[in-house]
Amino acid sequence: MNQEPMDYTTYVEQAAAVVGLPIPPEYHQSVVENFERIAAIAQLVMEFPLDDDVEIAPVFEP
Amino acid sequence: MPELYPDATSLAQSIRNGEVTAKAVVAAALARIAEHNPSLNCFTTVLAEQAMGDADTVDQAIAAGHNPGPLAGVPFGVKDLFDIAGVRTLAGSKINATRSPAAQDATLIQRLKQAGAVLVGAQLMDEYAYGFVTENSHYGPCRNPHDLNRMTGGSSGGSAASVAAGLVPLALGSDTNGSIRVPSALCGIFGLKPTFGRLSRARTYPFVASLDHLGPFTRSVRDSALAFDLMQGPDPADPACTQRPAQLCLPELSKGIDGLRIAIADEYFATNAEPDILTAVEHLGQALGATQRVTIPEAKRARAAAFIITASEGSHLHLDDLRKTPQDFDTATRDRFLAGALIPATWYLQAQRFRAWYRDRVRELFQQVDIILAPTVPCPAPLIGQTTLKLDGVETLLRPNIGLFTQPLSFIGLPIVNVPIQRPGQLPIGMQIIAAPYQEALALRVAAYLESQGLVAAPVPTLP
Repeated sequence: MNQEPMDYTTYVEQAAAVVGLPIPPEYHQSVVENFERIAAIAQLVMEFPLDDDVEIAPVFEP
Repeated sequence: MPELYPDATSLAQSIRNGEVTAKAVVAAALARIAEHNPSLNCFTTVLAEQAMGDADTVDQAIAAGHNPGPLAGVPFGVKDLFDIAGVRTLAGSKINATRSPAAQDATLIQRLKQAGAVLVGAQLMDEYAYGFVTENSHYGPCRNPHDLNRMTGGSSGGSAASVAAGLVPLALGSDTNGSIRVPSALCGIFGLKPTFGRLSRARTYPFVASLDHLGPFTRSVRDSALAFDLMQGPDPADPACTQRPAQLCLPELSKGIDGLRIAIADEYFATNAEPDILTAVEHLGQALGATQRVTIPEAKRARAAAFIITASEGSHLHLDDLRKTPQDFDTATRDRFLAGALIPATWYLQAQRFRAWYRDRVRELFQQVDIILAPTVPCPAPLIGQTTLKLDGVETLLRPNIGLFTQPLSFIGLPIVNVPIQRPGQLPIGMQIIAAPYQEALALRVAAYLESQGLVAAPVPTLP
């Protein structure tokens, strides 16, 4: 993951186009801000090393 | 002289013994709802006629000498994401109001009705369960019975408020990241989030399939155990529902705490809260003889991973409506859902793989201890409309952070009881009693012990 602070404006526009999700202009800024928060949180998850044998639980048994 | 607000167990006993009829009990509940719902805003639908009919059926069964069930005539409510036959399942949304009424009751409603309980209505929640506040822009805020200017917490705020206010002794809610435990703590009642997969979610509106749980709100520990026991059991209609046989908790409650290894969670769970909250956990820990401390490893990262899975799965569920009618979403959820729909798959997958890693570490922890204690919420109920929170001197966003102690634990499906701590002249707070997977009975035993010592309780406050 990119360690530099990123401007997600372009990402939000392009990813929204890729998934076919029109984002009305009046919501755009807030969606970008929400995505920035998600990205900061995701960094915590992405920076954690996991061994190759750690698999998703297909049926989750706690 | 009967108690003014009996719990479900004693209410059912009075009805079965013929001291009072189910119709009288249900009529009284409906009258109390009619009186207080305008200020509390906890019910979205009240099924008065149907409830009176069901109560009559209970009374007729008793008159005919049949067993009316352990919850005979007990009025209960459900978060409005449970399907109720003939009613539209709103899930706190405006969008779902255009859908057809549900054809059949949710499995858990069916099981409580089979035990004689009488459904009186559906209860307010954050839209699509995406929130910790129950301030719904379509239907208004739910209000805390301990102070009407304060929030109930969420997302099952209506269910918690209705039980705390003594409108019903029993309600059902859902908990994905804390939505049973947070409102039960802020409203000062008992809330049980069972092990993931323990109770069927069939015919309830989902939020995050990987993390969704259902469970009861009550004003006594024995009611939590009884309702949970009656709802347990496999259900092919929910693929995540366990095939394990029911393990009854009610017969275990009197066993006390002897032999249980109880520890207090440190580090993550001993910071970022108002000092009184941490002191209360210490105090209850002492009463339980908890001398050990344990560190739940990587709890902060667990919360982050739960956040990513929630945003991604939750958004995907609503993608079609987000495309067509984004303006019809609650303003508090809309932009989070829109942003969540753009999460790259690799973030989601890493969060899911981390979940498996973290589950294994916490399983190891439960080799050393049986019960872990932690705060439920970082503060008592904030004011309605409050947007920030001061934690350890740092101003932070309120909405996501009310769940900071609950989110890392539901993430791996641990069974947890919120016990209510009453503080004279102050708002109630809560503590989580956390057990290993499928050990609901141990958590409930500890809760019952604290209740028997008078250290936790859920008295009904005087309503204006």
